[in-house]
Amino acid sequence: MKSQMNIAKLLLYAILTSYAIVTLIPFIWALSASFKPLNEILAGGLNFIPQEFTFNNYITIFTEQALFPRWLFNSVFVAVIGTALNLVFNSMAGYALARLTFPGKKTLFITILAVLMIPAQVTMIPNFLILKELGWLNSYQGLIIPGMVNATFIFMMRQFFVNFPREVEEAAAIDGLGRFGTFFRIVMPMAKPALAAQAIFVFMSFWNNFMAPLIIMTDASMYTLPVGLNAFQSDYATYWNYIMAASMVFTLPVLVIYIFFNRFFLRGLSFRGDK
Amino acid sequence: MAKRKYTKSQLREAGQGYVFLSPTILTLLVFLIGPIIFALFLAFTRVQLLGDTSFTFVGFDNFTRMVDDTRALIALRNTAFYVVVVVPVQTILALVLAATLNAGLKGEKFFRIIYFLPTLTSSAVLVMIFMWMYRPDGFINSILGGVGLPTYNWINDPNIALISIMIMNIWATAPFFMVIYLAALQDIPDSLYEAADLDGANAVQKFWHVTVPLLRPVTGFAVIMGIIGTFQLFDQSYMFSGGSGGPDNSTLTVVLLIYQYAFAAYDQMGYAASLAVALAIVILAATLIQRKLQKDEEVY
Repeated sequence: MKSQMNIAKLLLYAILTSYAIVTLIPFIWALSASFKPLNEILAGGLNFIPQEFTFNNYITIFTEQALFPRWLFNSVFVAVIGTALNLVFNSMAGYALARLTFPGKKTLFITILAVLMIPAQVTMIPNFLILKELGWLNSYQGLIIPGMVNATFIFMMRQFFVNFPREVEEAAAIDGLGRFGTFFRIVMPMAKPALAAQAIFVFMSFWNNFMAPLIIMTDASMYTLPVGLNAFQSDYATYWNYIMAASMVFTLPVLVIYIFFNRFFLRGLSFRGDK
Repeated sequence: MAKRKYTKSQLREAGQGYVFLSPTILTLLVFLIGPIIFALFLAFTRVQLLGDTSFTFVGFDNFTRMVDDTRALIALRNTAFYVVVVVPVQTILALVLAATLNAGLKGEKFFRIIYFLPTLTSSAVLVMIFMWMYRPDGFINSILGGVGLPTYNWINDPNIALISIMIMNIWATAPFFMVIYLAALQDIPDSLYEAADLDGANAVQKFWHVTVPLLRPVTGFAVIMGIIGTFQLFDQSYMFSGGSGGPDNSTLTVVLLIYQYAFAAYDQMGYAASLAVALAIVILAATLIQRKLQKDEEVY
């Protein structure tokens, strides 16, 4: 009986380990290529440790590819501002829907839920025409403003604020804080775990978005990293050393965020899974 | 109908409610609800983008045109094939991985962190890495050739290109659903497994008769999310084919076709909008049917 348990355990570990290898290999292979000179990559071979270790690929993409630093800046700028706006606006909306009484509240809530179900492709073409009319094509606001609220996270924040202790707000009111003071100085700081989970997902969706910047940004200097990387790939199709270095620079911020906020991540996910 | 009188504090609270919601209402109106209505209008028009944008009403022409549009039919066939293969495979893989991870082994957290990496990584980066590994003399063919298996022209063979994208996406998405399954697995009370033990069930029987039925609601969620996601396949087929949907239309998806008509041609935007509306109807219908089925067989 005991040895049978051990065999079962061994088998489970074998499954887990082989899948972990399958998951990791593409990343390690890409990371390794980012430190190899081009001739070593083109010569083939399956060596994970570079024979001739070099930082040149990274140096080149930052110094000689004039647009790469710009794409990195565009991505960071759009993702950071977009996330900040989402955190404030989604929370305000969630709070109002959870706590305040006003006419039309139910209709609004149902509308927000219904909007969750509409695929983005439907709004893609009209939004292009609207942004064109506003003169916002090829601009940061064209990418940020349409995405500055998110129905999923308004819903999530509403659920959070419904369970939020009322006594805290009442105490703040007694101390003389108004509605806005209470919200920004007392309620928001106490909502940090929910905000952290939201921040990660919103940041990632801005950071990884390919379609919106592809449609909105016509000038190469306004590309964000995903579109830039794609353009880079078609221009420098054989320079896999540069493409892999650029891919690694692109992945690093998300990786850092993931490692730091791992626990919020899983909480945020199970939030969604519970629905 | 009696006119309701509001007290001063009620009025103030209502005002505050609208102030709190004003950014949301504004964005919803301008960039979501407005565009949805606009899209329905566009679907029945011919849009001319050169010079001044003009709209001509054409009735159902855009919709009848779909029937004779060979590329639309190819895109639909590719997308349907993609959905039918990817959704079940990624869901089953996610369930098996989650069940394995939940067996109470050491290092569970470590594996979970590793598995989740592809889900975090941008589709653009994943496509770059895979396009490079898929080269004729690349990593994957070297491995396959090394152990005596057949090699393929992963990106340029019309029979294989879509399958290459499937492999990559299953690899990237299954762990996302695994995490959702994992959360649900941890909520299943041990007593149910102990009862099955008393009945003499082995591990496979317990998985099949206890775990799988209890996870049905989560499976429903994973299938809906999977269908919605796979129907919208765009980034990967765009990047793999340089925007063309090639080789030989083999990676052309519905969304890529919508993109091509809307942004690569100057007078096809109305037709593109009608395709987008049709796609949305298909996705909504799939979601509703799935929900209905799920309600009918709810175990609780």
